[in-house]
Order: sequence, then structure tokens, then C-alpha cells
Amino acid sequence: MGLVIHQEKIDAAAAAKLAALCPFGAISYDGTLQIGAACKMCRLCVKKGPEGAVTFEEETKPVCRKEEWNGVAVFAEQHGGSVHPVSLELLGKARELAAVTGHPVLAVLIGHRMEKAAEELLRYGADRVYVYDDPACADFLISPYANLFEDFLKKAKPSSVLVGATALGRSLAPKAAARMRAGLTADCTRLEMKENTDLVQIRPAFGGNIMAQIVTPNTRPQFCTVRYKIFSAPERREPRGEIVRMAVTEDLLRGGTEVLKVIRKPEEIDISDAEVIVAVGRGLKTKEDVRLAAALAEKLGAQIACTRPLVEAGWFDPRRQIGLSGRTVKPKLIITLGISGSVQFAAGMRNSDRIIAVNRDPHAPIFDIAHEGFTGDLYEVLPLLIRRIEETSHV
Amino acid sequence: MDIIVCVKQVPGTSHVEVDPVTGVLKRDGAAGKLNPYDLFALETAFRLKERIGQARVRTLSMGPGQAVSSLLETLYMGADEAYLLSDRVFAGADVQATSYALKCGVEKLGKFDLILCGKQTTDGDTAQVGPELAEQLGIEHASNVLSVDEICEDSVTVTMNLDQVIQTQRMKLPCLLTIEKDACTPRLPSFRRKFATKEDAVTVFTAADVPDLDLSRCGLKGSPTQVERIFPPEKGGGREMHEGDGEQLADELYGILRSGKFL
Repeated sequence: MGLVIHQEKIDAAAAAKLAALCPFGAISYDGTLQIGAACKMCRLCVKKGPEGAVTFEEETKPVCRKEEWNGVAVFAEQHGGSVHPVSLELLGKARELAAVTGHPVLAVLIGHRMEKAAEELLRYGADRVYVYDDPACADFLISPYANLFEDFLKKAKPSSVLVGATALGRSLAPKAAARMRAGLTADCTRLEMKENTDLVQIRPAFGGNIMAQIVTPNTRPQFCTVRYKIFSAPERREPRGEIVRMAVTEDLLRGGTEVLKVIRKPEEIDISDAEVIVAVGRGLKTKEDVRLAAALAEKLGAQIACTRPLVEAGWFDPRRQIGLSGRTVKPKLIITLGISGSVQFAAGMRNSDRIIAVNRDPHAPIFDIAHEGFTGDLYEVLPLLIRRIEETSHV
Repeated sequence: MDIIVCVKQVPGTSHVEVDPVTGVLKRDGAAGKLNPYDLFALETAFRLKERIGQARVRTLSMGPGQAVSSLLETLYMGADEAYLLSDRVFAGADVQATSYALKCGVEKLGKFDLILCGKQTTDGDTAQVGPELAEQLGIEHASNVLSVDEICEDSVTVTMNLDQVIQTQRMKLPCLLTIEKDACTPRLPSFRRKFATKEDAVTVFTAADVPDLDLSRCGLKGSPTQVERIFPPEKGGGREMHEGDGEQLADELYGILRSGKFL
């Protein structure tokens, strides 16, 4: 399988066209056409190049028996018995996905003293909760957790597996996926289900303004991770479904790591839970001007956040950064000031309930996702707005 | 002690765009650079070498021939040897196939005690290759490592970031660590080392150099995930645009905040 070069159809002109077409500079010509290791298999040379010069030869891969894999599973992350909210959001999404194929919604829970947590998962829509409860699982240990997760995957055989893209999830999911030789798509921003049980995973790709739709057509299970605040948690309801207690054997607990100390992080800035956010970007001219935005944030009881360049400039703590390399937020209201709206930034906030954007450039991509767009200079609008708010609050 | 640092060359800028008319990816003109997150893994390796005394730091990458320039940079910074695995059979690799290729590269290098990776790359942003590589090699890993507190012949003690908690743990060697951003301040490449390094100092392996390479696990063929299509991000509908002078805009914005009960 792969690209086949038909040298007999390629002259210098065709080669030049192909070389210009390749976005990754992988095509060269020295009498014969070469496709080098920079190739990312985007297949533009096949689709847009001279007819028949480069072709893509499909090779039918062996397809696993998909019908043996049944269920949409959520890895339920917990710390000290309380379930991480991202797991609840994933249960909501799992319910939607499972409705397409008529699969059950499964949850797997690993920890110690998990009775309450297991019941919570039933309340948020799990049909079956598989519980591995053992004192040795109280803290996160990579090998035992991976072994138990694998035990669940092999026994329950879920078709899709959703894991929160937390520090723990991003450590455990790839380990489990590699062990199962399964496909894994990180940081999905949209998930859909095909009737043939293929999970459609959509995420920003190539680090740029492109979305990629990814499927795992031949193997099961299909793993994906999703960040906190991308989806919404379902309504809490009366628990339905069952709790399945799984055996934790010595064998499964084996590993080479020993936990020495666990400390809770001190309370810190967390913009991902904020209900209202005022975000600033490169439209801000100096570090001192941050106080303009801070003044508005104070009036609204909002957290202040920013784009990557402002963190790189040292104006803000990295914990205030929104975007793919920062936090994902889903507030009731976000006001963006002087932010053009790169796809990396948008990926971190586009699910906000209400987006108000102020930017001088009427063509800025932020206006494509904003609900209310204001074409104007923040240096004019902001002081007037703050004065307006102050006037009325004095009345 | 043998330390391997896995690095990646990433695009110099993150501006890859789809031409809305032709649907063609617009080429990124800027040259590649070393993934910024890898600098922290490299610095951690160099400091461990200084601490231990007897240690060798080798860097390894998989990618196109151009990636040699990034590997040379690791030599200028302080790596003892650098290796590139480069072949078209690795093209189109997803996380699974990438970590398989790196596993083959690591095995080609022979004995190792510790593997260090950056936390993630700036182009893929997945943070998944390090942990998958560890699993492929049959060793344990820790992600988001903030500090390497102790190291001895058969174990390493690390402190890692687990979002709500910070966990300190002792791990048996060999193992793999992904190093958190800002865990240390990376050094700059040294001019003296640059002058002393030959341009062909990076050893390049092709698929033919890897014994027992399973081609069915490489590149697009070895990737369980497939990109079905790529498309520009959809535009949100139903937006309302406001134009006018500052006074008018401030008024309208105030009205929206008021009616939305945000004030």
C-alpha cells in the first residue's frame, strides 16, 4: 500500500508541478521522481498532480470482527473518590454515540473505596460500571492501572474508548492503546458515530488552520482522548444500570514504580472553571494596557485570560493561556479583545456559550466563531464601556 | 549510564492553510526547527550527565532528511551522538506507527538506561508518542515530569504533575520520562561545539539498516487511524456584526452585557 510513481508519465515539467504541489517539500527530481521521508501521505500529488503520474494503491487490510466489540466505554478518572468532571462529560457524549449503534455505555473505574463514585457514574448515564477496587490502586501507578484497564478492555470488549485528556489520561490512554495495538486520536474536539460502529474523530491538525477527520476502520478498540470542557455533562438522574465488581489479582498489580509522596496542588488560577472570561491578545500594545482589560474583568466578575503570544512575551502566567497549548474553557460568556482567533486559540474556547469579539480587522477569523462581533479599536471601545458601566452603577 | 533523548523537527511556523479555492494545502515556506518542548528533555539529560559524571547522551529522531539540522543542534548543545531514522516507509505514520519506528531506532542504538522525551510537540500536540514508545519497549514511563530528584544505578526518583496533585515516585530503570515545559532553563547551542562538529556528524539510518523491521507496522500501513478528510474549520452561523464609532460600539456592547445579565 502506498504511493506508486509512474516514471514513464513524468517529464521535467510534470515533476516541477508535483514538487510545487507538495506542501511538505517531499518531492524531488533528478531525472527520476523521488518522494522522500518528508511525505505525510496527504495524497495531494495523486489528487491534484498530472493524471496518473502518482497513484495510490490501496491494499485491503485485514479487518477485525467489529461485531465482537460492543459498547462505548469511558475511562472514569477519580482522585480521592471524586470523579473528574471530564469523565461525566464523556458519559454524556458516549450516550449520544451509543444511541446510533444501539451499544451500551460502559464505564471503568480504578481506585480504592469506589462505591460512591461508581454510583455517580450510573447517575450520569452509564449502563454498566466496571469497578477495580483495591488499596493498591489508591494512587496512580502506571503499570497496575494499565494492566487493569487492559483487563477491562479484554473482558468487556468495548468498540470505542473515551478518555479525558488530563495528565493522567494522556499518560494512561497511549499506554493502553499501544498494548492493544489500537488506534488513538488525541484531543478530539468533535466525535460522531457511524452506523458500522466506526468512531469519527475530528481534531485540529498539522498545527494549523486545518481540521482532520480521523477514523479507525480496521481495528478495535478505537481510543480517543478529549479535553475537559469540550462536551457538556448530562443531567444527573436516578441510577439505572449495574455495577460489575472486577477481581484485582496480584499479577495485575505488578510494576516497577513506588509512590513516595502525593501532595495536593495549592489552589491556583484556574480559568477553565470560570463562568465569565475577558481574554486579550496581540491587539494589546503594552503590558501596562492589561489593566484596561482587568478593569472590565473586575466589573464583570470575570477571570482574565490571554493568547499564546502574550504568555511568550511574559505578560501573563501560562495558566491564563487559552488554546491548544493552554487551557480549554467553556464559560457562559467570553469577551475577546484584540484577538484575531487562530485555530489553536479557537479550539480552546469555541464551545463557550456566548462569544463577544472586539477586533479592528473585520476579516479576523475570530468573527467566524463569535456570536457578537464588534469591528472597532479596543482602545476606544473599552474605556467608554467601562465609563458607561461605572456611570450606571453609581445611580 | 546511557541516556537517549527523542526529539522531533517541527515546522518553523504553525501556518499551514488550506487554499479555499483549490483545496490544496499551502506550503509552509519556513525551515524546520527543533520542537521547543524537546529542549527541556535535552537540558534534563545534560544536567543528569553532569550530575552522574559517567554518562552518554544520544539523540534520536524519525523524520525527513532535513531533520539532520535539528539533530546537529542537539550536538551543539551537548549531545554525544545523534541519530536519524529516515525512510519513506515511515511516511504517514500515526502515533502507533511513529512509536514503533522509534522503538526500532532505540533498539538499533542498543543498551539504554533512560529515555527522555519532550512533553509534546508543537505540530501534532498529542503528547502520546512518549508513552506509546515506552509501552512498545516494554518499560514504564512517567509523563509531565517536573524534576528528576535522584538517580542511581537501578532507579530514578521523579516528581510529576498530575493536574490536581503532584506525585513523587521511584521508578526502576530502564524507563522513559516526558519532561514538563519549564522544568529547567535550556542551554543555548555552544559555538565551540559547533565549530568542532562535522556536518556529517549525524548518523542516518534507513529502513534497510534496521534488522527485523516489520514493514506492516510502519508508516501509513502500520497506522490503525486514517485521516478520512481534511477541511478548513467551519464558520459559526448566526453571528451579528456591530460597526460604528467607539461611542456606538460601547453602547451596544453595554446593552448586550446588561440584557444578558452579566452586569
